[in-house]
Amino acid sequence: MNIPILRLGREYTSHDLVELDLGSETLTTHTANPGLIRRDLLQISKSKAALDAIPADTLATYCEQAAELFLHADLPCGDTVQSPQKYVESLSALTRLPHTLVRMNMGKIHAAMSQVRTIIAGLTRNIPLDIFDKGITRIDDLIINYFPTTSSLGVSLPSNAPAVNSLWIPAPVMKIPVLLKPGREDPFTPLRIVQAMIRAGFPKEAFGFYPTTHEGGDTLLTTCGRGIAFGNDSTLKKYAAFPSISVHGTGRSKILIGEDMIERWPEFLDVIVQSISANGGRSCINTSAILVPSHRDELANALAVELAKIQPHPRDHPEALLCGFANPALADGIDALISAHLKDAGATDVTAGHRETPRKVHAYDQTYLQPTLISCTDREHPLANTEFMFPYASIVEMPQSEMLANIGQTLVVSAFTEDPRFIEQLLLSPDIERLNLGTFPTNRVQWEQPHEGNLFEFLYHRRAIQGNVAHA
Amino acid sequence: MSSSLTPQAAAEALDAHTREMVKWHFSPETGCPYWLEQVPNLGFDPLKDITCFADIQRFEPFDDEVLRKEDPARFIPKAFGKRPYNIFETGGTTGMPKQRIGWDDYQTDYTEFSEHYGPDFFPQGANWLMVGPTGPRRLRLAIEHLANIRGGACYFIDLDPRWVKRLIGMGEMRMAKLYQEHVIDQAATIIRHRDIGCLFTTPKLLESLAERMSLVDAGIRGVFAGGTTMTPQYVRFIEEEVLEGKINFAPTYGNTLMGLAISKKRAPGEYSLTYHAPQPRAVLRIVNPESPSELMPYGEYGRVELTTMTKEFFMPRFLERDEAIRRGPCDEFPWDGVGDVRPFQSGTKTVIEGVY
Repeated sequence: MNIPILRLGREYTSHDLVELDLGSETLTTHTANPGLIRRDLLQISKSKAALDAIPADTLATYCEQAAELFLHADLPCGDTVQSPQKYVESLSALTRLPHTLVRMNMGKIHAAMSQVRTIIAGLTRNIPLDIFDKGITRIDDLIINYFPTTSSLGVSLPSNAPAVNSLWIPAPVMKIPVLLKPGREDPFTPLRIVQAMIRAGFPKEAFGFYPTTHEGGDTLLTTCGRGIAFGNDSTLKKYAAFPSISVHGTGRSKILIGEDMIERWPEFLDVIVQSISANGGRSCINTSAILVPSHRDELANALAVELAKIQPHPRDHPEALLCGFANPALADGIDALISAHLKDAGATDVTAGHRETPRKVHAYDQTYLQPTLISCTDREHPLANTEFMFPYASIVEMPQSEMLANIGQTLVVSAFTEDPRFIEQLLLSPDIERLNLGTFPTNRVQWEQPHEGNLFEFLYHRRAIQGNVAHA
Repeated sequence: MSSSLTPQAAAEALDAHTREMVKWHFSPETGCPYWLEQVPNLGFDPLKDITCFADIQRFEPFDDEVLRKEDPARFIPKAFGKRPYNIFETGGTTGMPKQRIGWDDYQTDYTEFSEHYGPDFFPQGANWLMVGPTGPRRLRLAIEHLANIRGGACYFIDLDPRWVKRLIGMGEMRMAKLYQEHVIDQAATIIRHRDIGCLFTTPKLLESLAERMSLVDAGIRGVFAGGTTMTPQYVRFIEEEVLEGKINFAPTYGNTLMGLAISKKRAPGEYSLTYHAPQPRAVLRIVNPESPSELMPYGEYGRVELTTMTKEFFMPRFLERDEAIRRGPCDEFPWDGVGDVRPFQSGTKTVIEGVY
């Protein structure tokens, strides 16, 4: 199978190739040199014009139709046609995601596409879609004017979480062309979304698809007017000097249990286990730390029993939840790091006592890291507030009054509390990106709420407008 | 331009040149202090034991740290007497630079390069613009010499690669980008306001320049580029898009220690580059990285080994920080070439390469 570059709709085969093993066949992806991306961006006004020629309402309808195509249709995939089942199998072969999780991610992407109007309404706070056609609209008696801050959005995607593609999906409906750098092991998801959108009616010029090098990724992000990158703290640091780049870094998502509800901890086991392990524990919205005011040891022990029940299965097993590591060296490194930190006082692997095998196991021709819960008596322990690419969490006991001063930058907090004073403090905390009030899992998604930054405000800027606007 | 030599004749010429250069550098009447002082440590007598190029293997691989530590004056062959010389430094290193002295070698190398390409490839009489590292580099004088012997003058825009490397090392990507834009701004100004027909630059700067203007419309007819890895895809991109299929392109591989290796002519649609050293003055071999005395088989990647043998400079078996495919002799160059050069072990470690 060959996957060429899409240069704003035009297929281009490169002489620089990457070969990947799909098991039954070899996938060859074509690598874009960085200059090629910059050169395409010189022509981006044509892509913008192609989107501008179509009403945003029509583009939203195309997106809704594309959702069904993405989920159900046979779609072009390089030099072949890919069925939904083939997509699941191919993506699983490259990323080691179980088929169950690939399908779950497909569902999330489908939801993002089919509910694009809800998402955009959430981002714009219900501004009518024609704001993207005219730049001006009236809400109640107020005239408002927004203009695009860029004519391109570059997105450097990861390989480990197909559903993050849902973040850029509203952009072409907002009439901003997108240039995508797929993760090395997941060229399939962004390409399938793009092909579904083109089949539904989007102009093919609106999409760039560039499998490329790290340098190519940097080029894409720094040359597009706006960029989105996924990564860790070092990614955040790397692009810190570029205000045009939004980095989705380490999530460090947490569950905070209030003093008013901690006595009810046995009721929360299922939701906490789900928060830690959903999507194989690979998402930034998976829980990586649980903060409790008391009952740490009882809760830790009960959670460890449940987490230890999650076992490796073959990738096509209907109950598979754990992901193998496409690169076993990564699993080796994570396992070694945790073991090394456990030698420092103040942290214990509670799950170890409930597993019959080590954390790292080789099974079904893959390397797995099994769910791990670390109980920390030292809140400053290096394992207390970190995250890894498998079901991993720490549990730390501290007074409720000290929790918010200790969480640090956190993508999602699920606060299990009904204490009005604590809720008020949570609502005003600058460290929380998304706040779930109540016993909800951290991986819960409500489409009308923005995820880590507001894409509309990233791509559009509001301008003061006054005077004789009747002719506008 | 085809060579008049057969591979056999070229090998014999190389052997004769080797004997002549070893005699020159290891004879007290003509040699330099550095090499004459090395003789007792060599374990063999160069004047007796080096009878052909294969015997160069008796030397240990040259340690380029010597070029940092030693006073460059210790490399002056006695035969040059008190004739003034140039000190050249290598490219993008930080700290104490590697230095090489020279007199006429750069003119010899670039005259040969000029003759190889004939009068039309780089139009005779055209002015040149060099955009890249000037400063203490041999290249700056070499390009001006090239322009002059082809009847033109040469303009210069400097880029300091040491600063760029430092910026990247500090994570100052944005500043590195701004610096590159500053360089390109100056180059674009010169091209717009002066009659420039030929360019020497690095491929990345060439790309950036062509993003500002059509080089074809600007009157550029020939481009000579080197300095970074050029994969087949990259060459194709440069020729088809940056140069719009209308500008002659001469990719080269070279450095201060070697001179420059010309890339052999390619068939239409062929983009893989093969460079041939300016033999017999310099010899490139592709050797087994684990056992550098062994040549790699044709068609396989290995580490690039450079031996330079001129009256001005002798450097046996220097292991470059590059790897390449060993390729065979061709009509133009009846000796081995090195193909698809890339940083040594670039697949296994992070390399800051091609920063300018």
